Amino acid sequence: MTALPRSTDKKLGLVIDLDTCVGCQACVISCKEWNSQGYGAPLADLDAYGSDPEGSFLNRVHTYEAVPETAADGPPVVVHFPKSCLHCDDAPCVTVCPTGASYKRSEDGIVLVEEDWCIGCGLCAWACPYGAREMDGAEKVMKKCTLCVDRIYNENIPEVDRIPSCVRTCPTGARHFGDLGDPESDVSRLVAERGGMDLMPEQGTGPVNKYLPPRPKGAPPILRDHAQADRGEVDVLAPFLEPVAEDARGFLGWLDRSLGKI
Amino acid sequence: MTTPKLDPSPRVSDEIRKTTCYMCACRCGIDVHLSGGEVSHIEGNRDHPVNRGVLCAKGSAGIMQHVSPARLRAPMRRTGPRGSGQFEEIGWDEALDLARSWLAPLRKSAPEKFAFFTGRDQSQSFTSWWAQAFGTPNWAAHGGFCSVNMAAAGIYTIGGAFWEFGQPDWERTRLFLLFGVAEDHDSNPIKMGLGRLKERGARVIGVNPIRSGYNAVADDWFGITPGTDGLLILSLVHVLMKAGRIDLEYLTRYTDAPFLVNGDAKSAEGGLYLRDAEGKPQVLDRRTGKPAAWDAPGVVADLSHEWRHAGITHRPVLHHMAERYLTEEYSPEAVAERCGVPAERIRALAEEIARVAFEEEIVLERPWTDWKGQRHERMIGRPVSFHAMRGISAHSNGFQTCRALHVLQILLGSVEVPGGFRFKPPYPKPATAHPKPTANPKPGEPLPGPHLGFVHGPGDLLLKEDGSAARIDKAFTWENPLSAHGMMHMVISNAHAGDPYRIDTLMLYMANMAWNSSMNTSAVIDMLTATDPDTGEHVIPRIIVSDAYSSEMVAYADLVLPDTTYLERHDCISLLDRPICEAEALADSIRGPVVPPERPGHEGVRGFQSVLLDLGHRLGLPGMVREDGGPVYADYADYIVNHQRRPGVGPLAGWRDEDGTGKGRGAPNPGQLQRYIDNGGFWIDHIPEEAQFFKPWNAAYQAWAVERGLFDSPQPYVFSLWLEPLRRFQLAAEGHGERQPPEHLRARIRETLDPLPMWYPPFEQQAVDEDTYPLHALTQRPMAMYHSWGSQNAWLRQIHGENPLYVPRAVWDDLGLTEGDWVHVISPHGRITVPVALMEALNARTVWTWNAIGKRKGAWALSEDAPEATRGFLLNHIIHELLPPRGDGLRWSNSDPVTGQAAWFDLRVRLERAEPRDEALPAIPAQASPVGVGPDVVRHAKRGG
Repeated sequence: MTALPRSTDKKLGLVIDLDTCVGCQACVISCKEWNSQGYGAPLADLDAYGSDPEGSFLNRVHTYEAVPETAADGPPVVVHFPKSCLHCDDAPCVTVCPTGASYKRSEDGIVLVEEDWCIGCGLCAWACPYGAREMDGAEKVMKKCTLCVDRIYNENIPEVDRIPSCVRTCPTGARHFGDLGDPESDVSRLVAERGGMDLMPEQGTGPVNKYLPPRPKGAPPILRDHAQADRGEVDVLAPFLEPVAEDARGFLGWLDRSLGKI
Repeated sequence: MTTPKLDPSPRVSDEIRKTTCYMCACRCGIDVHLSGGEVSHIEGNRDHPVNRGVLCAKGSAGIMQHVSPARLRAPMRRTGPRGSGQFEEIGWDEALDLARSWLAPLRKSAPEKFAFFTGRDQSQSFTSWWAQAFGTPNWAAHGGFCSVNMAAAGIYTIGGAFWEFGQPDWERTRLFLLFGVAEDHDSNPIKMGLGRLKERGARVIGVNPIRSGYNAVADDWFGITPGTDGLLILSLVHVLMKAGRIDLEYLTRYTDAPFLVNGDAKSAEGGLYLRDAEGKPQVLDRRTGKPAAWDAPGVVADLSHEWRHAGITHRPVLHHMAERYLTEEYSPEAVAERCGVPAERIRALAEEIARVAFEEEIVLERPWTDWKGQRHERMIGRPVSFHAMRGISAHSNGFQTCRALHVLQILLGSVEVPGGFRFKPPYPKPATAHPKPTANPKPGEPLPGPHLGFVHGPGDLLLKEDGSAARIDKAFTWENPLSAHGMMHMVISNAHAGDPYRIDTLMLYMANMAWNSSMNTSAVIDMLTATDPDTGEHVIPRIIVSDAYSSEMVAYADLVLPDTTYLERHDCISLLDRPICEAEALADSIRGPVVPPERPGHEGVRGFQSVLLDLGHRLGLPGMVREDGGPVYADYADYIVNHQRRPGVGPLAGWRDEDGTGKGRGAPNPGQLQRYIDNGGFWIDHIPEEAQFFKPWNAAYQAWAVERGLFDSPQPYVFSLWLEPLRRFQLAAEGHGERQPPEHLRARIRETLDPLPMWYPPFEQQAVDEDTYPLHALTQRPMAMYHSWGSQNAWLRQIHGENPLYVPRAVWDDLGLTEGDWVHVISPHGRITVPVALMEALNARTVWTWNAIGKRKGAWALSEDAPEATRGFLLNHIIHELLPPRGDGLRWSNSDPVTGQAAWFDLRVRLERAEPRDEALPAIPAQASPVGVGPDVVRHAKRGG
């Protein structure tokens, strides 16, 4: 079984904004594209044009619906939920590995698989409570998010692009990369401001990646306050929609008065 | 413990070439990495104005498109029956001589018998120029079945619409409303914009029957009933006008709100603007109380008074609006049930709009001068903006609905102001500055003008002397007079019916009309294969198709001209066409071949535009043959650089003149393409700060636009709340004028071509019993797919490999459905049998599915048991291009009565439980694949070099 480092110098990870993610799958395909030609074996697609295409992906977007208990609580909401390895502090996928192929780097906390040492036993995938590892169908080695370890330090890439491929491509800017071990980093501040959350904290894995929850939906706060104050009463709209007229004739009278002021 | 060794700095590629993506219509800039001479990695171009570095799922999956097994390999001639997919490969000379032998006689005798329609073509200014040189009136692109209602309503009303015409002021808007948005259009810019709004804490509101994608992140969602958006918008207008929450100063200065409308109901000018002897629209001058030309110096237009003269009262446009919209007919209470939105929520929405527009006014301390010479010290903005596309367009009341949305923006004073909607050059451009459409073909001669354009009254219709349609698609006729993009969806049906006439050769480019781009797919397939019993020939005798891939349509071609992939070709994203400008900049771009199209086994592919130039030369078309008989243009790249549409104005605006200093105008520059390549594939020219807002009225903008060749003289204008062209058609329907509509259309023209936006129930809804067909059925295109292009993409098909019918909770429970169930979906035109899935965040009277996931067996190099070909399905089979028969013997098209836009989203259905099965119905028999089936395993691994 493989040991975890006692601590890591940095905690590199992703902060994913669920209030902004539109579920476009850009991160999924960009990840597949970059990681098919870099770290380790390419991400193969079996039966690629057939009845049951199955490829390995390091990142997938899931979609969930949440239905409020009563209609008064507003309409159902839809959440797009991108999921990849969370690079946990207490990564059970590492400790379960019989060969040392699964490991967590002490310098930056990234969890990786050394494919030459991987025997494809699949224990790590069973141990991961997030389902974040996938066995490559062609090579029979375990694939997982590398946080684009071959990009983020890569001196052949312009400095601005030394970020994971999913972050670089995300059209809405819903994905952020940085050191979550540094409370002063942009990502740590974002987590503090927006109430960033751990995924399934009860598992005790100490995930490094954080999720920013969707903001409350519905009418704007100013209107919600009105509505609460006047629940049941019709006129929650003053002063913005006080009628100036009841019909066309009254409207023309108002028009005349208003134009006099312009 | 030993730590594995890792190279943190592997070499990425040998070389980066920059070009323009073509995985959808967005036209993002891409960096294409090459390793060992092959494409290895594609990412967004950080410098590019459209996407600024980001790239969507389609764009990143471009590699799989480029290496697709569905790529055609060589020109092909049909050997089996139409639709069989049986072909023989032939050489280019043989292919083009064959095409020439079909087309040359037509050009000499009856050029209209050649019809040329293009789908997702990004070279429309080129293909239309070619068709014009041929002399056929029958050319158009796919706008008629896409979003012409939005484009036409926008251009007629404000001189531009959304997407390619304009954009929200993403940096300043505080409230953004999305109506019925197709999530694939303007995909990255909208996603980037939404991200910016979220970052700034601005509010996003979605109005859409389906809460997916953008609507999922919207702060508030209105799950409106399809086809009622116009009613909701006009109810907002009702509430806002009633509360006096409209921008009177803006309306007075920049719109026709003060224009007097001729009140003489009996006159042939009744309901048009009151005009003076010179034809100038009149306003009441507040200084004198007398009418005066609207643009006369010093006139102060009066919104509030009417003018009584010779016993007739002439009232300003705003009075007419008050009279219409302040009636209870448009109150939230009156519309709530039909819209599926409670009245108090409509009021709350109006409140939010009013509050942000008028309480959160933006002031930019940026002086500017208007076209009358008046200097303004600051720019006042109303930070409410909108975006809408196909969702509200693709209804038979879509034009009036799109008009309503533009009118709402005008009333708020939020067009071309900080925080509102902003035009992108070459827009603003009013309908009056566009050409009018042309037909009247003459054998052996080019068409005397452009095919498409903007009509302003019955005199502009394209009718033959006997009153029948001059165009095969019946665009610009009494049935749909303002059909500015043509009506591609009617071409096959009309040609088959011989109504208005038969054609000989149909040429299609990048259009899958035998599948997902046609209404009534099964019937269209029959039309394509039908034979004339008298002659034994096909009713549509010859079909030429150009596509890069083995699509469903290819199987119906007699001659196939294989196109290249987008990474192997030249293109220009031209200002003459559908540009990529930004609100603050003029921009255009190119595609250059990042790899040559000479791939093993595929030596035969050629870029379609170059092929068309070759064919044009063989046909001797004007503008394509030199005096010595040689071709004017060696290929499309040569055309892009050297063609001049007007002296000094060509396909590309950047680096004109020999020395590359010309912007917009200038002589052709032989080094132009290299300059584009050196600059990353695009050219951008920023608008001066003073000219960035109030463009239709801003003297600095107008001067800049003339300098850049967008116009030849300044074109200031006011917005049209009142649409005179529509009124002119109503006058004809009332009996005025020489050119009269057929009797059966009079009532409909009077009712629907109203000069002020109004709402009527969609036609199909009017024609069917709502208890028999209680549900609305819609399609959407997913963000990660685009039409057919995506389904044979090894990566994207793993995301969207099948498309269940999504059913709302109430219907689901009613039918007692469970996961894995199937239903019959029954419309007035037919039935399909499909798998279902439950969706909660859905309008209670709506079912929907993803568009164009379903594939015909044998197409796209997929195996015949691929889920796209078994469980995937098209709703198209049960959407008819005609309305249900009314018993009058006439063919009424299922289109908008103003523009002819296909009313895809008017579909009404009912569901019945079906026995679970393995395959969706109808099961169309397989076509043979001319390219075989794709490989079992795909492993993309190219790096390092």
